[in-house]
Amino acid sequence: MIGEIVGILLAGLLTENFILVKFYGICPFMGVSKKMDTALGMGMAVTFVMGIASAACWAVNALLLVPLELEYMQTVAFILVIASIVQVVEMFLKKSVPALYQALGVYLPLITTNCAVLGVALVNVQEGYGFFFSVLNGVAGGAGFTLAIVLFSSIRERMEEGDCPKSFRGFPIALMAAGLLALAFMGFSGLKIG
Amino acid sequence: MTQILIAIAVLGGMGLLLALILGAAAKVFAVQTDPRLEELTACLPGANCGGCGYPGCAGYAQAVLSGTAEIGKCASGGDAAAQQMGKIMGVEVGKVEQRVALVRCSGYHGVDESGKILGAKQKGFYEGLQDCLSATKVAGRGPLICKFGCLGFGDCTKVCKYGAISIVDGVAKVDPAVCVGCMRCAAACPRSLIVPMKVGDEVSIACASKAKGAVTIRGCSAGCIGCGKCVKVCPTGALTVDQNLALIDYNKCTSCGKCIDVCPQKLIVGARREAVEAAAE
Repeated sequence: MIGEIVGILLAGLLTENFILVKFYGICPFMGVSKKMDTALGMGMAVTFVMGIASAACWAVNALLLVPLELEYMQTVAFILVIASIVQVVEMFLKKSVPALYQALGVYLPLITTNCAVLGVALVNVQEGYGFFFSVLNGVAGGAGFTLAIVLFSSIRERMEEGDCPKSFRGFPIALMAAGLLALAFMGFSGLKIG
Repeated sequence: MTQILIAIAVLGGMGLLLALILGAAAKVFAVQTDPRLEELTACLPGANCGGCGYPGCAGYAQAVLSGTAEIGKCASGGDAAAQQMGKIMGVEVGKVEQRVALVRCSGYHGVDESGKILGAKQKGFYEGLQDCLSATKVAGRGPLICKFGCLGFGDCTKVCKYGAISIVDGVAKVDPAVCVGCMRCAAACPRSLIVPMKVGDEVSIACASKAKGAVTIRGCSAGCIGCGKCVKVCPTGALTVDQNLALIDYNKCTSCGKCIDVCPQKLIVGARREAVEAAAE
């Protein structure tokens, strides 16, 4: 049990990192990683949404789709659930943390169609996780997203200072840095617990 | 069949339930926005032309509300919008002049009955990318002999959100009745030919050639040669010739139209010229 929990956490954070290993959810990863504050906020929002989405999607899958033999509707149903959750999170942020809402800008609605969030829900089904492990996997995946985006944003902040050739400035060098970071994460792939 | 119905019912039911939750959340998390924002946005034309320099009309309204932008930057809304916005914000706003764009070129591409080329002459065939900016980048700066004239590929027509500017006989022409004066076309023109003109200023110089008279006339039969006839005839001294190009001082101009009649190149335009041309037709 403990071994499994640690295994899922490790996979979500490092070995199966959604962004740097599986390459899900690249658009907020590139878009909101200019400043560390907003990156952290985005990571938190994604973690929160992933956790809740895992729980809700598990419930929808186990209580509705499986008994009614509608597994083939998983993708559509999950998108429906995730989109609604993101909308609620957006309203909540707008009311409670307007600064973060402003900073996240267009990327918050983008979580709606973020493949990482949908991906975690579908992975949960594929792996046959129960409720607890689904939520754990969601939170671990979100934590992995946060780790990746915070690391990347700090790299980008330092790159702003650097003297980069003009043609590489901005997005191109950011893409290269992301590639190198992903390469570095490849090094974790042998890591295994139990 | 029942499978399909079940699927529809389940997804429809889920959608409905989630919609209800969202509706409730919208009530719970409703944010109080300044009611003036909506009123300010309503004053603006909503064309999002960007002439004010802000991202769309809502962006400008937000900037006015937060005090970072002045009232009266909306060229399209003009004076009416500015006065309304001033009333909402509780400040006095000076009169905002309505502007329209003016293309400073008369070098149409035409041929008379004997086959003589009228207007701007081409120095060769240009077969590159068909837009003004590209044409100005090639050696020789485009197909025209005149280095100042309108190239007529229509970069300005592509950016106009109102359809107010079109290419007529190879030269951009603004329809003053449609133009709102956002001046996007001016920014798009690589030869900086388009300038704002106040509505009510009847007379304007439709040429931008600062070349010497002899050089100008070699490339175009409708270019300003700096002859100074308009300067002599002007009763108020509003006209001067600077760098071989006539210039109107609108503080002195009374729109009498004498210069329109006297200009040998027929490049001073105004309501009177249009009336004469209409009568001739």
